[in-house]
Amino acid sequence: MEIELKYRGNVLVVTLKGELDQHSADRFRDNVEKELDKEIAMHVLFNLSDLTFMDSSGLGVILGRYRRVNSAGGRMAACFVHPSVERLYNMAGLPRIIPSYDSEVHALAALKG
Amino acid sequence: MDNWFELRIPALSQNVQFARAVVAQFALEAGDWSLVELNEIRTAVSEAVTNAIIHGYHEGSGDILLRGMVSPGSILVVISDFGVGIIDVEEARQPLFTTRPDEERCGLGFTVMESFMDEVEVESTPGQGTIVKMTKYLSFSVKQ
Repeated sequence: MEIELKYRGNVLVVTLKGELDQHSADRFRDNVEKELDKEIAMHVLFNLSDLTFMDSSGLGVILGRYRRVNSAGGRMAACFVHPSVERLYNMAGLPRIIPSYDSEVHALAALKG
Repeated sequence: MDNWFELRIPALSQNVQFARAVVAQFALEAGDWSLVELNEIRTAVSEAVTNAIIHGYHEGSGDILLRGMVSPGSILVVISDFGVGIIDVEEARQPLFTTRPDEERCGLGFTVMESFMDEVEVESTPGQGTIVKMTKYLSFSVKQ
């Protein structure tokens, strides 16, 4: 799995590509934690358009980061949840806490608004 | 004609992707699954193999036996480990139950298997290991 990180103002944008499972979960968590430790980002946006697979190991990492960001007063959003990931995303109730938008621009606007 | 495979792999996290890819490829022998169904099979296999690594062997060494059997319209996947086993299978199958909350396990592994496959059976003997048997039917054959 590939991880790309960038900042858009106070939003950390995490783009995941490939397959997120137990094997890539630790690296995903460590990369995001390292950025959150810098205290630049208030909110986090996950771009999941090229994430073609995710299982509950990936969900666990996303939910763990949600707890951290949420307890610091930040919010999370996602964009382009891939059809292969969508069923799990919905089943776990993620849309309620990490709403999904159809573009990065819309998701950023929602986080900043 | 029915077809089957058997594969023994070490319980390593880099083998989870391999395991689900093998099963998804083999599943095509059963018929024309939709992409959604194939992805459900991949996800369920990923959960079972990950459980064997994390819970069966506590990320230590051990083998996982992966078996698949197809008939026209259905696939049976059997994932066995020879690790610590599960003391209370009913409790382990409850949504959000996890023995490892400190490690951000969300406790949805069995729930995903049950939601994405049509039948899930779990047999476990403490000290000997766990066997997960999962069956999925092509959607047309469920309606018959």
